[in-house]
Amino acid sequence: MIKLWINDLPVEVEEGSTILEAAKFLGFPIPTLCHMDSLSPYGACRLCIVEIGEGDRAKLVSSCTYPVENGLKVRTASERVVKARKMIIELLLATCPQSKVIQDLASAHGVRQQRFKQEYDDCILCGLCVRMCKEQMMAGAIGFRGRGERRSIGTPFDAKSETCRLCGGCIHVCPACTLRCTYSEPEKAVCGGCANLEPPCIEKEEFHDMMCYMRPCVACEIIPTEKKQS
Amino acid sequence: MRIDTIQGIIGKHKNDKGGLISVLEEIQSKLGYLTRESLEAVAEGMGKPLTDVYGVATFFRAFSLKPRGKHLVSACVGTACHVRGSHAVVRELEKVLGVKPGDTTADNEFTLETVACLGACALGPMVVIDGHFFSKMNSGKVKGVIDRARAGLDRSEGGGDERVFPLVVRCPRCNHGLMDSGKLIDGKPSIKLTVSFGGKHGWLRLSSLYGSYSVECEYEVPVETVVNFFCPHCHAELGGSQECSDCQAPMVPLLVDGGGMIQVCSRRGCKVHMLDLNGVNFDF
Repeated sequence: MIKLWINDLPVEVEEGSTILEAAKFLGFPIPTLCHMDSLSPYGACRLCIVEIGEGDRAKLVSSCTYPVENGLKVRTASERVVKARKMIIELLLATCPQSKVIQDLASAHGVRQQRFKQEYDDCILCGLCVRMCKEQMMAGAIGFRGRGERRSIGTPFDAKSETCRLCGGCIHVCPACTLRCTYSEPEKAVCGGCANLEPPCIEKEEFHDMMCYMRPCVACEIIPTEKKQS
Repeated sequence: MRIDTIQGIIGKHKNDKGGLISVLEEIQSKLGYLTRESLEAVAEGMGKPLTDVYGVATFFRAFSLKPRGKHLVSACVGTACHVRGSHAVVRELEKVLGVKPGDTTADNEFTLETVACLGACALGPMVVIDGHFFSKMNSGKVKGVIDRARAGLDRSEGGGDERVFPLVVRCPRCNHGLMDSGKLIDGKPSIKLTVSFGGKHGWLRLSSLYGSYSVECEYEVPVETVVNFFCPHCHAELGGSQECSDCQAPMVPLLVDGGGMIQVCSRRGCKVHMLDLNGVNFDF
């Protein structure tokens, strides 16, 4: 057994587990996005960061990939962690503002605006689909390609894969391409799923039933221009 | 590339942990780039999903999935070269070659690429063509450099290329100098020897430039003739026990001033020669 401190509480967990597993088991909430039980930890989204160490040597690590150590001092919700986590959510949101999973995360963590240019990408490169395909479906039909700005997920040479069985596992786990915010279809734009309690749009009459947390709100930004055109 | 060649390469690296990179490197060095077929063969041979192989091949800049030109032009756009004006050099290269960085000219002669640093920041802006470094580049120099590369940077130019250097040789029997400064070949004193072939007997002068095959003779020597060489001073026949590795004609040994021997093939037209400096072989 390994003895460590999580949020100043002395705890004991089994050797070989990660900080995330230990914290979850003991009931300390740590948000995750690219983590999934039964898939290997990957540490791509960085949402599960926690602060370890003390004083000047304190640092942020991704808890899903960090194995527990004897005497480790973990803080799952220190000021630094919360600030960094909000920034990570804001950046994820800028990449994929239409993803409901990310919108919900933002709502849950009190991110009420995002200051970066919205990219409307359909992928945050979390690698869930790649691991799903390889580890659970034993197919390995899709993978990462390229590096840096050009990194993308897909089949080699963009060719139709011979190993893909169209199982749909990749779509099932994707946080960006499933459960999209349906802002483009105004009548369906009542998400309701957002946990946001103070939607900025509620003041505006025509959007009184919309629950979008973003400022500028995607729905109000897009629909008025469409209305103006029509 | 044949499948069994790829399997041979895989067999060499199968037990290494990072074997995939070594395999891809070797295939790239043989083919010049990585074909789709070769990647598929590697995936199958190494028992990895094609996605993994493709991921590695597209991750590293060293690998190319597109055919590369005969000459590789790498322009440095690192910080030091950038502030010294590498963007103007790259623009001029694009103009002269007519391609964007990462592409190959239509005649498959040049591939232009940009690199982040070549480690010669003090000499920037740097351009490297086929391993030859061109320092303090500017857009005015680009055309000349490309023209030189087109002509071939490795070709012997005499003096410019350090792989061509003059030798001073002596007879291995009488140790008498064989250099004839009265008759210059390639602008250097020639090596004077006596030869006989087909009943003819006369002088023959070799270029003393190592790497040059210029030769003059009293008679026209037909190509493929094996010639007997003699020292013009002691008249001893110059012939060793060694045979030419290409045509099995006897090799002619000459002593090199400063130590070592040079062996020259005695067949007219055969370019095999071997410099042996204190036991170190420079076999060209």
